[in-house]
Amino acid sequence: MPATLTRRATIGVALAAALLTAAGAAQAQAALDGIMKSKTVKIAVPTDYPPYGSVDKTMQPVGLDVDMARLVATKLGAKLELVPVTSANRIPYLQTKKADLVISTLGKNAEREKVIDFSASYAPFFQGVFAAKTLPVKTFADMAGKTVGVTRGAMEDQELQKVAPAGLEYRRFEDNNATIAAFVSGQVQTVATSGAVAAEMISRNPQLNAEYKLLLKDSPCFIGIAKGEEPLKAKVNEIIAAAKADGTLDAMSKKWLGRGAGDLPL
Amino acid sequence: MQLDFGAVLVDWRLLGVGVLWTLGLTAVATVLGMVLGIACAWARAHGPGWLRWTVGTYVELIRNTPFIVQLFFIFFGLPAAGVKLTPETASMIAMVLNLGAYATEIIRAGIEATPRGQVEAALSLALTRAQVFLRVVLPPALKRVWPAMVSQIIIVMLGSAVCSQISVEDLSYAANLIQSRNFRAFEAFIVATLVYLVLSVMTRRLLNWLGPRFFFGR
Repeated sequence: MPATLTRRATIGVALAAALLTAAGAAQAQAALDGIMKSKTVKIAVPTDYPPYGSVDKTMQPVGLDVDMARLVATKLGAKLELVPVTSANRIPYLQTKKADLVISTLGKNAEREKVIDFSASYAPFFQGVFAAKTLPVKTFADMAGKTVGVTRGAMEDQELQKVAPAGLEYRRFEDNNATIAAFVSGQVQTVATSGAVAAEMISRNPQLNAEYKLLLKDSPCFIGIAKGEEPLKAKVNEIIAAAKADGTLDAMSKKWLGRGAGDLPL
Repeated sequence: MQLDFGAVLVDWRLLGVGVLWTLGLTAVATVLGMVLGIACAWARAHGPGWLRWTVGTYVELIRNTPFIVQLFFIFFGLPAAGVKLTPETASMIAMVLNLGAYATEIIRAGIEATPRGQVEAALSLALTRAQVFLRVVLPPALKRVWPAMVSQIIIVMLGSAVCSQISVEDLSYAANLIQSRNFRAFEAFIVATLVYLVLSVMTRRLLNWLGPRFFFGR
């Protein structure tokens, strides 16, 4: 009996999936038309991930992703409707058409490419080394004899070990907060962390006079588009290319991340 | 579940350094903390009013706040006042202050239990006040409270695991670092637990052997 039930359930799921796919195919390529017709575009943005997306004192979403969403909406000539999402639900929102685009610090990887399409990248996401402007650190070799705060077991820790000189003195902390606290209180000279966290730290602690020094690893952000929406993807890529050419992307990156956009992959 | 202790024990150097740091910090905390405790116990029992009050404040401040907060205050808080300490120095100071406060109360209990007649007898033999305290009052006092004192030292040693939070490379730090690299958390902490157990038992035996021979006689 349970075996039959399982089989029935499997057939049901398979059928439902087939139907959904068919419906999806019928709807595919309709997204851009829909946006143009209704003059509104629904864009999913994070509200829990400063400086890419967070809520300011007046409860308005702000951040690099939000600025990017505004830019895309303006260029599309549509009214912007922001849809707050989290890391976990941003792709389902796109798949279920609750959002036309996802601009939410989305990295590209093989698993995700199976279910959604990606535009060209619009912003950098990176891990790096940060230190006071007065500290001369131009290359990893300059870090010899200095202390670095890093979160134990984090990706920065592993990346740093690949490139750091032998004389670098590690101070490994239990979590991100302790690592940042150690740098803010002056207990370590440099800190290795993600660009997002560092930008937040620098903006909250201007007295540190800290800046970006060295790059550890790059994994830029892309705009997510539902599978098969070629016209919309082409349009978004056009907008990104234009914003890249006129320096808008660079300015946005400098404003929110404290570092230029650099060489963004397509 | 497959246990792979080899993956943890291959980092035996890291664990060894961790054990040395844990023992080193405990040794310093024990010696300085005891000295501090004896001095403060004297002050609380026989000192002038203002000193009694100062020591009382210190003891209550330490005994009524968590060790990790004291440690974070010294390491993350004091730099704001211009005092920058290495994680190792900050841990050492925190442990000495912590053990000192508890030792004060433990030793004071021993001192107060000394019969008044014993002190009067010593004074009548023309011993100075310092001689009376160091030779007549303190040894039997220490003898009475030694088991409690040893327990407190073990507690401080185990509490030193917290120092790994500010990047002191003690035994807990080693276990944490190893498991964050090879994801063998279970094995790493089983090893750490066993090592702590052995350290505790050995330290307790050592102190029980040392006490009667050097501090108060059998």
